[in-house]
Amino acid sequence: MKYTEEHEWLRIEDDLVVVGITDHASAQLGDVVFVELPEAGTTVAKDEEIVVIESVKAASDILSPLDGEIVEVNEALVATPSMVNDDPLGEAWFFKLKAADLGQMDDYLSEAGYKKLIG
Amino acid sequence: MPMRLNFVFGINIGGNMTLLRTPLHALHEKKGAKMVPFAGYDMPVQYSLGVLKEHLHTRAHAGLFDVSHMGQVVLRGRNYHTVARALETLVPVNILDLPQDRQRYGFFTTPEGGISDDLMLANRGDHIFMVVNAGCKIDDIAYLKRQLEPEITVEEITNRALLALQGPAAEVVLAEHHPMVAGMSFMDVKTVPLAGAECWVSRSGYTGEDGYEISVPVAVAEDLAQALLQHPEVEPIGLGARDSLRLEAGLCLYGHDIDTASSPVEAGLAWAMQKSRRAQGDRAGGFPGAERILNQLQQGPKSRRVGLLPEGRAPMREGVPLFASADADTAIGVITSGGFGPSLNRPVAMGYVPADMAAVDTQVFGEIRGKRLPLTVVKLPFIPANFKR
Repeated sequence: MKYTEEHEWLRIEDDLVVVGITDHASAQLGDVVFVELPEAGTTVAKDEEIVVIESVKAASDILSPLDGEIVEVNEALVATPSMVNDDPLGEAWFFKLKAADLGQMDDYLSEAGYKKLIG
Repeated sequence: MPMRLNFVFGINIGGNMTLLRTPLHALHEKKGAKMVPFAGYDMPVQYSLGVLKEHLHTRAHAGLFDVSHMGQVVLRGRNYHTVARALETLVPVNILDLPQDRQRYGFFTTPEGGISDDLMLANRGDHIFMVVNAGCKIDDIAYLKRQLEPEITVEEITNRALLALQGPAAEVVLAEHHPMVAGMSFMDVKTVPLAGAECWVSRSGYTGEDGYEISVPVAVAEDLAQALLQHPEVEPIGLGARDSLRLEAGLCLYGHDIDTASSPVEAGLAWAMQKSRRAQGDRAGGFPGAERILNQLQQGPKSRRVGLLPEGRAPMREGVPLFASADADTAIGVITSGGFGPSLNRPVAMGYVPADMAAVDTQVFGEIRGKRLPLTVVKLPFIPANFKR
C-alpha cells in the first residue's frame, strides 16, 4: 500500500492500481454526500482532477496519482456516498487504474511515511 | 486553483492572528469539538456526531449552540421611547411600538440602500437589548456610538455568554430549569433565573425550530451549558450544522446572502419593515437609504433572493454563477448560500436572480466544474418553521 500527500491510498490488485482515500481524509472531510466519478476507459494524467467528492462541509477533488487508463469505477459510491465514511479503506475504493508506468508508485509514501505526514 | 483534499485540513486563514475564545471554549474541547477560526474566534465547527447527525438531532430533539461570539449590546436613554426613536434613524423597523418583553428582527441600512448587518432587538422595558453578528460587531458598535451618543449610551455586554437551545425538545428541557419559559411565545423575551443567575431569555433562534437564546453571565455559563447537556435530548451542535439548519430554514447569513450591495427588498426582507416605516406610514423613511428602499418597495426590485433546488445530487455552493439557459453567454445571478440539506436529503441553495425569473418553478442553470446543471426556483423556507407562535 502506498499513500499520496493528498491523502489517497494506492493498492496493487491483479496488475491494476486501486485508489481510495484514507480514513484520516474521510474523517476530516466529514459526512460525504456526493461523489462524481470518471468514466471507465478514460485516459488520465498524473495530478489530473478526476473525482469530485463533496461533504457537508466542502467540495474536494481527487487527483489521479498516476498516468494511465481508468479501467473500473465504483458506481456504488454514487448511490451511497456515505460508504466513504463507513469503509474508506475497503468497500469505498474510487477507481481502478491501469498504470502506464508503475515506477511512478515509487514517488509515494509508505504507511509509516504517511502516518508521519498526518502526525 | 483547484481545491484538493488537503484544502479542508488547514482551514483557510492567513497569518498568525490570535483567535479569541468564548467562555465555553474549554467545554468545547472537553466535548471533542473540532475547532476552526470563525469571525476572529476559535469556534466549534462540529463535535463527535458530525455535521449531518448534529443537524438531524436538532430537528428531532434539541441542540445546544454556543453563539457567544455574537455581539450583545444594550442601548439606554432617558426611557424606552427615546432609545427607540433614536434607533429608528438607523433601522427601518417599527421599534417604537414594539411591546415590552418582545423581540423583533431588523437590520442596519446603508445610505445606498444596502444592509450593513442584520440583528435582533428587544424591548426590555427601559432599554433595548440587541444581538448583532460576530463579524460586524466592532463596526456596528462604533457606528451606534457615532450616530447615537451622547443622547443614547451604547454598551457592549462582554460579561455574558450567549447560548441557543434549539429544537422541538427545547421547551421541555429548559422548563425543567425554570417553568416560566414554557409560557413564552415566539419572540417573547424574559429575565429568567437559570443556573443561579439572571439570564436574558428570548424564544427565538436561527434554525427554523422552536427554541431559546439565553444571555447568561460568564461566571455560570459553563454550569448552565453542562446542565443543559445533561439532558439526554440535548447534544452540543457546531457551526457546521448551524449553517445547514439556517439554510434549510431559508434564513440569510450576513456577508453571504445579504451585504451592503443587497437591499432589504431584493433580499426578501421587506416583511421586517412594518407599515409605519414605509411610504404613507406615521414615521415613513428617516433611515439610511430610505429613498432607494421605499422606491424599490413601490416599483419592485430588479433582482430577488430565491430558494433554489438543484435537480441532481451535486451540491451547488456560494459563488456558483446562474444562467437563464444551458448555453446562455452571461450569468444572470449567483448562488449566495448552498450545500447539502440533511433534513431534505438533497442539495439546497439560495441566490439572486432577476425579478422576472424569480417566480416559483422557473428553471435556471448553475455552472459547476464547467457543466451547466438545472435548478428550480422554489418557495422559502425549504423546511416549514416550527415556531411556537
